[in-house]
Amino acid sequence: MIKAKHILGGLAALTVAGVALAAGADLGQAQKQEVNVMAIVMFAIFVGATLWITKWAASKTKTAADFYTAGGGITGFQNGLAIAGDYMSAASFLGISALVFGSGFDGLIFSIGWLVGWPVITFLMAERLRNLGKFTFADVAGYRFDAGPIRTFAACGSLVVVAFYLIAQMVGAGQLIKLLFGIDYLYAEILVGVIMMTYVLFGGMTATTWVQIIKACMLLTGATFMALAVMFQFGFSPEAMFKRAVEVHAKKDAIMSPGALINDPISAISVGMALMFGTAGLPHILMRFFTVPSAKEARKSVGWATTWIGYFYILTFIIGFGAITNLIPNPADYFVNGDIAKGLKGGGNMAAVHLAKAVGGDIFMGFISAVAFATILAVVAGLTLSGASAVSHDLYASVWRHGNVDSATELRVSKITTVFLGIFAVAVGIVFEKQNVAFMVMLAFAVACSANFPVLFMSVLWKDCTTKGAVAGGTVGLISSVALTVLSPAVWEASFGNPKGSALYPYASSAIFSMTAAFAVIWIVSLLDRSAQAAKERALFPAQLVRSETGVGASGASGH
Amino acid sequence: MKDEDIVERIQKNPKFMQFVKMRNNYSIVLSILMMIAYYGYILLIAFDKKFLATKISDGAVTSIGIPLGIGVLVFTIIITAVYVRRANSEFDATKDEIIREASK
Repeated sequence: MIKAKHILGGLAALTVAGVALAAGADLGQAQKQEVNVMAIVMFAIFVGATLWITKWAASKTKTAADFYTAGGGITGFQNGLAIAGDYMSAASFLGISALVFGSGFDGLIFSIGWLVGWPVITFLMAERLRNLGKFTFADVAGYRFDAGPIRTFAACGSLVVVAFYLIAQMVGAGQLIKLLFGIDYLYAEILVGVIMMTYVLFGGMTATTWVQIIKACMLLTGATFMALAVMFQFGFSPEAMFKRAVEVHAKKDAIMSPGALINDPISAISVGMALMFGTAGLPHILMRFFTVPSAKEARKSVGWATTWIGYFYILTFIIGFGAITNLIPNPADYFVNGDIAKGLKGGGNMAAVHLAKAVGGDIFMGFISAVAFATILAVVAGLTLSGASAVSHDLYASVWRHGNVDSATELRVSKITTVFLGIFAVAVGIVFEKQNVAFMVMLAFAVACSANFPVLFMSVLWKDCTTKGAVAGGTVGLISSVALTVLSPAVWEASFGNPKGSALYPYASSAIFSMTAAFAVIWIVSLLDRSAQAAKERALFPAQLVRSETGVGASGASGH
Repeated sequence: MKDEDIVERIQKNPKFMQFVKMRNNYSIVLSILMMIAYYGYILLIAFDKKFLATKISDGAVTSIGIPLGIGVLVFTIIITAVYVRRANSEFDATKDEIIREASK
């Protein structure tokens, strides 16, 4: 053991200078594990390769267009993988497989919810976004609306979503790294912050995209291998796998049917709405549609993204059942003190990681751990880039300087913002270390579907929509989604520790009310808006329609 | 020819509005199909858990809910692919035709 630690010390010093290996006391929700050499080596290889790509990307990143959208030169297939990479976060890999491990069937309900937003984006948004937008989704709403108010609102909507998502990712990163690599929380935060800033600052969208693509390929390969290994054990018969799982699982046959996850229909529909339409309002996802050269490629992007994400969710379902059949019969290896009742070593989210060890040994487990870390890094980079473009392109260049700004200055502002966002990410990661932040992602989706999506949808598809209507409705959606989510049981009771039954809003998600309110307010205020500005905006609709439907006049690959 | 002129001529072409209407209807129909599949499944879970827990055959362990759930995932992938395929061939051809007419 002592010898192992020496070797580790050398390796880790090579990997990341300043990472302390001192085994400390448990600092948060996750227990710090023994230092995992294989995982650190694999991760170092990943970071090395991606930094090399960043160096190459930096030579291609000269203008603001290169920085925001990789010059529009990404193909549909590549972008599809990158979108899938953005979406297959560590939370969905470790979280869904853990949910399947714990309660079987219920994990499937979650996977479906996370996937169904994609067809909606494909049918209604992808092509129009590509044709109307340039760098940010505010460009789409800003096509015929008054730049000042609409871009200020869109930037706020983006930044709020980015902030909530960042908090969830950074805290998750710290806990996960502590768990997988045995590195202290504080160092883990700084490590993520520094590497992520390096990608974004020097390589912009080109580097961020390639980091996502590499990570998506690693994750899909690793998950495919695990699922195949599990299916192989059962002669590729799902029935045999389920049979064995029911035999060994404490809940027995209950893992084959829906449990307590969905009880009241209003919560069920509301969560469904948040997931379905929230995806179409996430700024770091929307931004990806501007990296491809045409509407055709934008559609290919979502087609591929949906395929990969759906395939991945089917894999996580098999992985969860594989964890049941492989881990439970060997409690001594995988459970605290060998006692199943005490839970998995390192916590419930470790199911997929332990399974990796069970089917592929230490090397493969190191690979999967490194992939999980790489996943967080890549998602955080994408979030930061979308936050930076909201500040520099929408707030600085369009609102404050009224578009009179050269590309070099705008690029400089984006880079300064990136540094601030990086520091912000590390800071919130540290501040929220001991908080339960699981609801932050739900909050991000609630805001995305109640503020960003209605504004985007109505501005593109409804001819009578006006700036006043969009800003008023979007603001109502933003405030009501945050307020109702905070007052819901998951946050008010489970996270803030108020007594059970004290939550003023009884449902699991705000979407059914906040999203409806946003649409209603946009509709009413737009109809009542009789100003000259409103008349001008309505008159611009036919031209907008031609551009959104045909792409005539859209900013092209080189014409950014 | 300048983009503005092309835009104006496209606006005046009745084929354009027809095209937009046809494609919007198609998108809406597919969106509704998707919502029926998804919310149908969710409401089934909320109201009829027993049905989903029924075994696929006598003596089997697998419940109906599992192939149905995987089915919703696969349906989602397929319906997206169907749209992308049609939009990238047929719709784009019509669209290009409209743009060509306006650019003459």
